[in-house]
Formats: sequence, structure tokens, C-alpha cells
Amino acid sequence: MSASASSGTAGGSIVTRVVIYGLLGLFAVIYLAPLFVMLITSFKSLDEIYSGNMLALPRNPSLDAWGKAWGSACVGLTCEGIKGYFWNSIKMVVPAVAISTCLGALNGYVLTKWRFRGHKLVFALMLFSCFIPFQSVLLPMATVLGHFGEIGRQLQDSIGTSLGFGNPTVNLVFVHTIYGLGFTTLFFRNYYEAFPTELVKAAQVDGASFFQIFWRILIPNSTPIIVVTVIYQFTNIWNDFLFGASYASGESMPMTVALNNVVNTSTGVVEYNVNMAAAVIAALPTLLVYVLAGRYFVRGLMAGAVKG
Amino acid sequence: MAFLEMIGLKKRYGNVEILKGIDLTLDKGGFLVLVGPSGCGKSTLLNTIAGLETITDGEIRIDGERVNDLHPSKRDIAMVFQSYALYPNMTVAQNIAFGLEMRGVAKPERDKAVDGVAKMLQIGHLLDRKPSQLSGGQRQRVAMGRALTRNPRVFLFDEPLSNLDAKLRVDMRTEIKRLHQATGATIVYVTHDQIEAMTLATKIAVLKDGEVQQVGTPHEIYNRPANLFVADFMGSPAMNLLKAQVAADAGRTVLRLARGHGGADILLPVPPSVGAGSALSAGQDLILGIRPEAITDKDSADKHSTAIEFVDAYVEVVEPAGSDTFVVTQAGGKEVIARMRSDADVRAGQTIPFAFNLDKAVVFDPATGRRI
Ligand SMILES: Nc1ncnc2c1ncn2[C@@H]1O[C@H](COP(=O)(O)OP(=O)(O)O)[C@@H](O)[C@H]1O
Ligand SMILES: [Mg+2]
Repeated sequence: MSASASSGTAGGSIVTRVVIYGLLGLFAVIYLAPLFVMLITSFKSLDEIYSGNMLALPRNPSLDAWGKAWGSACVGLTCEGIKGYFWNSIKMVVPAVAISTCLGALNGYVLTKWRFRGHKLVFALMLFSCFIPFQSVLLPMATVLGHFGEIGRQLQDSIGTSLGFGNPTVNLVFVHTIYGLGFTTLFFRNYYEAFPTELVKAAQVDGASFFQIFWRILIPNSTPIIVVTVIYQFTNIWNDFLFGASYASGESMPMTVALNNVVNTSTGVVEYNVNMAAAVIAALPTLLVYVLAGRYFVRGLMAGAVKG
Repeated sequence: MAFLEMIGLKKRYGNVEILKGIDLTLDKGGFLVLVGPSGCGKSTLLNTIAGLETITDGEIRIDGERVNDLHPSKRDIAMVFQSYALYPNMTVAQNIAFGLEMRGVAKPERDKAVDGVAKMLQIGHLLDRKPSQLSGGQRQRVAMGRALTRNPRVFLFDEPLSNLDAKLRVDMRTEIKRLHQATGATIVYVTHDQIEAMTLATKIAVLKDGEVQQVGTPHEIYNRPANLFVADFMGSPAMNLLKAQVAADAGRTVLRLARGHGGADILLPVPPSVGAGSALSAGQDLILGIRPEAITDKDSADKHSTAIEFVDAYVEVVEPAGSDTFVVTQAGGKEVIARMRSDADVRAGQTIPFAFNLDKAVVFDPATGRRI
């Protein structure tokens, strides 16, 4: 039946197909053109950029601009490239993604398999947190982080270490974890809602504890939703500008804020090739996460758990 | 004292009472089948025994020990779920050994236990597979294997065969019976299939709307149903339940049934199952219950019966079923199904003598539904 249907449309109108593929191609070009220009520009020399055609391929491709962007471009007053800020972002994004994903999974587990009185209300409130705009959190959060700094200073004085209180990267991890919790909880709750409760009951009868059931039964069967959550959280946190610009400055800026400063640092000519290289470097990790994690985005993992 | 006891057990979800005071006992090595229509609370009752649901009122005892507030893992029970509930991320061997692992049994001992169970269930060649690589019947075996390894005090089965196709279901039914006989395990088994209940049980409890209708051996439940619900629910085809009236005929008490296709009423003697103590008054309405196999053709009437009555009746439909032939007629205002030999010479449209074996008949009070 499907064969006859598809041959029907195929024979029906070649014009339709041309229009569809033409439009798809056009939009693909529109979306990919900026990336293309960024990439070729980053391999050109400044002379070539200022003299030549924006869309022309580089005559003498070189990695000079990439080297400069990484190691010696000026961000504000220091000229040591963006590498330090790149690591700042990594140090922020890895713990923030890991913690918010773990807590989200735990929340989803409790909200579906260990229901308590009022679980619906708790979930509704967590869901609500997904809709709170960044801007409205900025000032209250700044106050909270100010208190953290206070605690850090007192700890420093009394026991010789601040335990991370007041550290800008720790602050950003904290903010992103809190802000991401609503989303990660939502993802995991919906996934575990469809997870067979009989597996949990079987594990209880088998003598597994609360955390044993979580680690041995639920988590190994959660790969798809973990991947979704990690991609979502990684992209959001890595690309965040507002929190980064608000709560971290100077040495501790994340990548996005530093990139903005590279582009805005005006000393003579605008080094388009360096700016483009820095921008691509800033975008690489999210691309990498999609390419690597996307592969594990398998469906049908639960097949065979239940029924015959 | 019984091995497993439920005393006044009640379960409420919000305002709805699902189990309304269940009293049941089971001896060690017994096979109790809970049977009843869908939604009557069988799974809920099983889950309360397992400890997966708390109870609102009453008491559960295993081997004399009150287990009401004991965690499922501490009750020393094993459960086989309707969906099998095999852990999809573990191999068959890991699935079977999981309960032992959680109880801190060392690896060599676990392996030995898995091997023993695998041999008993003939699943040795499947041990390294994942559940998704098994057929329905194989999953069923693994689920039973998981329960068997721990050698628990009580096994709980929740409709374990309902996801299998008809042929496999019959095979596995035999297998479960064989396992029970071989291990002497104490089993509580939930099903809505009355044939499963009859074949497996040493004791049947028929449930309806969270209440026990009758408890007894399969023989008692089948031959002496306590009320109309049990009579109708157990047996296939169902028991014939015919309207009758008490009448006096030539000095003795008889039951009068309307004949289906005109003619004088059918008069039958009162079945022996009606106790001598129960006084029947003339004109009283009754329901006569008689199973299809107690209505036969003339030649195959039970030679040992003390009360065979022959009734000429008009044959409406003949349904050959291979081993038997079901013959449909009318009496007491309803269709009556009789079970005859497959080679009985019966054709629709004939009027033939039907042999009613009243030894096997029972009588109910239509007002209360109870058996008299
Ligand atoms: N968690 C629950 N909350 C409310 N009602 C429930 C719950 N679980 C079961 N029930 C109700 O209890 C009744 C009995 O269910 P169950 O024991 O599963 O029946 P069955 O005899 O088919 O196994 C059903 O009417 C069902 O709707
Ligand atoms: Mg059920």
C-alpha cells in the first residue's frame, strides 16, 4: 500500500519535488553560509581579507589566526589569547552538567517511583522554575553569591581555605545547576513515568535498596534520556552569556564573555581572521558533544524488559 | 497453625475500599489460587502479601510471624510478575543472581545456585543472553528461575501465563505444577483464568469486588459453589442456571421448570445436594444449577449416579467440539447447554431424551444468591 502511495506521488508531479528540494537546498545554503565564511576567513591573512572577496577560498591557508586566537589575542588588557577562558568554561560546564543531570535523575526517580503526599505540587513548582526568566534571577542571585563570598572570606581567615565559597567558577556552577534543575527533573520525570514500575517492585523483592535500585536498574536503562539531558544542559551552559558576564569577571570569565571582549577590543585594524577563529573555537565543544553523544542516542533500549 | 495467614485484611486507596476484609490461610506446601474477574483486587492482595503495598487494616502472618510492617526484602518471599519484570540491562544469569547478590551471597555460591536453577528449568544455554533476546516462554522461565534461586518461604505469582499464547500457556501450566510437586514450595497464584485455577490449585479462593466469595478445594468450588457468582464464574461452558419453582407432585416435593418449546412443565426431584434440614415451601422460586456435563445423552448417563432423570427436549443447536458435542435446548426460560458424546446421534430439530444427573445439581436462592 505504501509502495503504491509513494509511486503515486512520484509520478504525480516532478515540479513539486523540484520546488521542495530547491527550497531545502536554499535554506541549507542560507544557514551554512555564515559558518562557511567564518571558516574560510579564519584561514586567510588580514591582507587577503581586506583586499579580496568574502566568499573566495583562501589563497594561502594558514593557521596563524587560530594560533593567535588561542595563545596571544588581547582580551581586554591582557594579551594571552582565549585558552585560559576556554578552560574556565570547561571547569564550569563539566561539574554543572554532571551535578544537574544526577540530581534531575534522582528527582525524576523519586517523583515517579517513590511518590509521596504532594508530589504533584512539588513537580509543578519545579516545572514552574523552567519558565522563570534569567533577568529576574540576576539581582537576588547576586545577593546570595555575595553571602557566599562572605562565608568564603571567613573560612579563609579561620581555617585557611575558602572551600570554594566565593570562587567565581564555583558560583557559576551553582547558578547553572540550580537553573538547570527544573529542566533535568522534567526530562527524567517524564522518562521514568513510562519506566515499568514492576521492575522497581521486582528489585525491591530482590532486596535492593533505594540507591541500589537507582544505580543498578534505572540508570543503566536511562542512556537515551541522559544523552538528551547532557546535550541540552551542555549547550545551554556553555553558550550562556548573561550569568557569565554578571557573576564572573577578569581572569575567571567564561569563554562566551571572553569572546565578546576579543571582538570588542579595538586596537587599530579589526582582525577578522582572529575573531572568526576564536568564535569557531568557542563553538567547537557543543558541536563535539552533538557528534559524540548523538551516536549513543539509541532508541528501543527498553525492548524486551516487559511483555513478550 | 497455617503457614500463611491473612486476617481481616483491608486495603483502601483514598476513600475506595479495594479489599474488604480478607480472611485466608494456606498450609506449608500448599498452592493457593486467587481467582476472580479483572479489577477485583487480586493483584492488590498479592502485593500486600509481598509488602509492596501497605495494608489499611488487618494482619498478615508468615510462619507465625507478623509481617505487616516488614520490608518486601525481609519477608523472604519471591514474586513472578505478569510482565516478567526482567532487568533489561542484565544477562539472564545476572537477573537470576541479582536477589542473591543483593543479599550478599558470594560469587561462587551464586554461580552454583544459578546453574542449579538453569538445569531445573532447562535454560542453561540462555544464561549469557539479554532479556530482549528471549522469546516469551523463555522470559517466563527466567522469571521463575529468578524466584526459585532464593528458595524463599512463599512464592507469589501474578498472572504469570497471561502474556503467553494458548499452547505455550498449557505447557507452562504443566511445568509450574511439576515444579510445585518437585519442590514442595508454598505458592500463592493469581489468575483470572478459571481453568488455570482448577488445574493448579490445592486451594482456591474466588474473589469478587474485594471480597472472598468462597474458599475450598477445586473439587468443592466446582461441585458445590457457594453462590451464583462462583457457579457462573467457574467452569467452561458455564453452569446452566435455570429458573425453577418448588411444587408438590403426588405427595413428594419436586422442582418445576418451564419447558422451552411448549408442552407440560418439566418436573424434577429435589437434588440430593439440598440438605435435609432446609425446608422448601411449595411455590418458592429457586435457581437450579446444573453443569453441561451433567446433562448427557441417554447412553452416556453416569451409571453410578443415584438420581438420573430423563427429559425429552427439543434440540435447537448442535456444536461439535471434537472431544464432545455441545447440544443446546431450552428449559426454565433459558438456553441449556448439554455435553454429549462426540458420536451421539443428535441433529437440530429433533426431540430427544436428555439425561439430567441430579447428583451433580445444586440449588440457589434467587434472593440471596446463596446455595441451599
Ligand atoms: N494505586 C492505586 N490507586 C487507586 N486505585 C487502585 C490502585 N491500584 C489498583 N487500584 C484499583 O484497585 C482495584 C483492584 O485492582 P487489582 O488488584 O489490580 O485488580 P486485579 O484483580 O485485576 O489484579 C481496581 O479497581 C483498581 O482500579
Ligand atoms: Mg492484576
